[in-house]
Amino acid sequence: MAATTEYAIECRKITKRFGSVVANDQIDLDVRYGEILALLGENGSGKTTLMNMLSGIYHPDSGSISIGGQEVTINSPLDAMRLGIGMIHQHFKLVDVFSAMDNIVLGSQEKRLSSKALRERVLGICQSVGLEIDPDKKIYDMSVSEKQTVEILKVLYRSARILILDEPTAVLTPQETEKLFTILRRMREQGCAIIIITHKLQEVLELSDRVTILWKGRSIDTVATAESDQRKLTELMVGRPVSLRINRPEPENVSTVMRIESLFVNKPDGAPALGGISAEVRAGEILGVAGVAGSGQKELCEAIAGLVPVQSGQILFNGENIVGKTPAQIIDLGIHMGFVPEDRLGMGLVASMGMVDNMLLKSYRTSKGVCIDRKPARALAESLVQKLEIVTPGVDTPVRLMSGGNVQKVLLGREIESNPSVLVTAYPVRGLDINSSYVVYDLLNEQKKRGVAVVFVGEDLDVLLELSDRILVLCHGRITGVVDARTATKEQIGLLMTGADSQEVAS
Amino acid sequence: MSTQTGYMSREPLLRVVKRAEKPTRQIMLLRAEALVFALVAGGVFILLIGYNPFEIYGTILSGAFRSKMAIQATVKVMIPLLISSLGVTLAFKMKFWNIGAEGQIIAGAICASYFALYHSSWNHVLLVTVMFLAGIVGGGLWGLIPALFRVKWGTNETLFTLMLNYIALHVVNFLRDGPWKDPGSQGFPKIARFDKNAALDKLLGVQIGWVVALALAALVLFYLRSTKHGYEISVVGESSDTARYAGMDVKKIVLRTMFLSGAVCGIAGMVQATGSDITLTNAVAGGVGFTAIIVAWLSRLNPVTIVIVSFLFSVLEKGSSVVQSSFGLSTDCADVLQAVILFFVLGCEFFIRYGFVVRKKGGAA
Repeated sequence: MAATTEYAIECRKITKRFGSVVANDQIDLDVRYGEILALLGENGSGKTTLMNMLSGIYHPDSGSISIGGQEVTINSPLDAMRLGIGMIHQHFKLVDVFSAMDNIVLGSQEKRLSSKALRERVLGICQSVGLEIDPDKKIYDMSVSEKQTVEILKVLYRSARILILDEPTAVLTPQETEKLFTILRRMREQGCAIIIITHKLQEVLELSDRVTILWKGRSIDTVATAESDQRKLTELMVGRPVSLRINRPEPENVSTVMRIESLFVNKPDGAPALGGISAEVRAGEILGVAGVAGSGQKELCEAIAGLVPVQSGQILFNGENIVGKTPAQIIDLGIHMGFVPEDRLGMGLVASMGMVDNMLLKSYRTSKGVCIDRKPARALAESLVQKLEIVTPGVDTPVRLMSGGNVQKVLLGREIESNPSVLVTAYPVRGLDINSSYVVYDLLNEQKKRGVAVVFVGEDLDVLLELSDRILVLCHGRITGVVDARTATKEQIGLLMTGADSQEVAS
Repeated sequence: MSTQTGYMSREPLLRVVKRAEKPTRQIMLLRAEALVFALVAGGVFILLIGYNPFEIYGTILSGAFRSKMAIQATVKVMIPLLISSLGVTLAFKMKFWNIGAEGQIIAGAICASYFALYHSSWNHVLLVTVMFLAGIVGGGLWGLIPALFRVKWGTNETLFTLMLNYIALHVVNFLRDGPWKDPGSQGFPKIARFDKNAALDKLLGVQIGWVVALALAALVLFYLRSTKHGYEISVVGESSDTARYAGMDVKKIVLRTMFLSGAVCGIAGMVQATGSDITLTNAVAGGVGFTAIIVAWLSRLNPVTIVIVSFLFSVLEKGSSVVQSSFGLSTDCADVLQAVILFFVLGCEFFIRYGFVVRKKGGAA
């Protein structure tokens, strides 16, 4: 079908409340067939809520949605599917033990085709947009990008003409991202309407035709991509001019504090997660850790923090081996280690407790007697609120009620206040908006200047390249390279992430 | 594209929406409303079976309070309920689903009964102290078993604690029919009445267990709120990953807390057997261990609220037994009445946080 100028989706004055929170406040949004619209906004600006209403998961409190010029009510994902809307979620919704083909037909409403006819149809769709997939491969054997391909096929199989992608590139390497974009562009040529949610401005500029910016639940502007640039988009998104450069102070008095020697760690199911890695962590420096999701970053962090059993190898902290010691024993050795885990509310903090009780988490044992002493914790919580400008109704309000950025400030603040000599942070800016992200970068730089050895596990290569001093690249639990962040390029790291050897990359 | 609109089905007639958090006064009002509705619904039920609701409700109240003896009886009902509610609260705070209070009560009662039966000649104070400790150890160990299996092999504690109830129950039956059978009962299977020396003393006309219960309420409150152990329980309950991250020994905490949870329930059993029943029967727990679960949750695991709620439960319990005898109403009717009230009171918690929205007209315009 040729591209038409007809609107695929027209949202008018969509409002959605959750309790007292207005997630979407009279949002207008429209997308044409044969167009890629980027949806941009900080966290909590209402992007996902809006998309969930288009895919029938939520219902708007007021406002209207028109699809192809007809006003509709979307009551369920099934309705959305019938209207030709397909959503590709950030977290894949696939059955692991099924093959790609089974997942593709699963839940579709038509009669089941014979597997031969089905395979032909799937391969036909693949060919038309340039996707590559083995229809019989099981999901658990697939890489993240293959899984995403299956998700895309799933919506195309249901002949969706409107595609919504929620942060599709967060889990992909630069090369895979490029491939995805090629496919999306081809789908645009074939007349599909595509909405893509992303935080990465380069991608917005590279891919989209128009950009709609949400701010605090309102659609504040829609601009043509060709007429805008990074700075303009950021200003619209944050609501004020910002500097986009991340500081990188020159490292001073660098010395090795921690040495990891041929570390082997298994996943809980026995599969190897880290296959003998060796590295140095230096004081006064930020060590970036790059890698495709699930390449062993989590295990590396948790092994250092003493949370997972280590098969073999050593972690020498100023010469003392801390492998096999519990977190409590590590603390008793006088080693101050700060750890900001990936799962902030599920590991780093107690979601239902207030700031005060969360401050106590690692220090409650140090006070004397059987009783818990909340006084110093309260003082600490109050000083953190002041220092880091944490927005919260009170220091006793459960942290789960706070926004993502503030939660991270609480966690990072507590770890920094414990005066660590090593600070391990896993995806500290994941899900954070631009403002909060820069607060985190500043805090990490401050620690670096104080002579702390900072480990920064990240996913955004641009950030890693700008913030880190050295970048360690993991692939399938092995180190494929350690590069100087000042001279390395994105492509170089991208190749290392997919397993190319560092010599190959260098040449 | 126009053909697609023909598919429109309608949104559900009623859908649930989360409400803004309400002020405390409004919440209290809502709960009061729920109670009124419960009484009305219960009244309809009473009408349907041919009685006058006002009379029945009146009898429940007067039955629980009409005389000093009635009040004492109400308090007597409350003692084991209050203690075991406090017991399960310890485990529930840790999100360890201890529904084995029944068994832990019985285990505590069995251990205490041993001393009551075979060492009744000891000095009274010594004997009571030993029985008290025996109750703690019995209940505690009974609670420790499922915890051990859970930490060692990851077994499901819900089923495990539940099954242990029946084992404990049948241990009592075995003792009654065999080794502890009362020789003076002429073949009737029962355990002998304890010696007077082994029975608990009375204070204000009720066995001293009520003092123990209130003291435990204060103790549990203090333990959960102000001690390091209490803090650890909350953290483990929220997320064992967080607890590990904080350097806590999760296994140790689970074992310790389940021992305490069982121990408190064991005290309930000891107090019931030696204070109220003055013998050991297989009805020593009599479902209290299950009611305790409701009381604990209804009170949102708050020990102070537990005292109030378990008192109200006892009023209902004692009152309905009077209704039963004076109106010839069967026990089942009293149970239905209790259930109706619970249904409304628990149901209203839903409306505190959620509301319904009726669907708007039309699908595709």
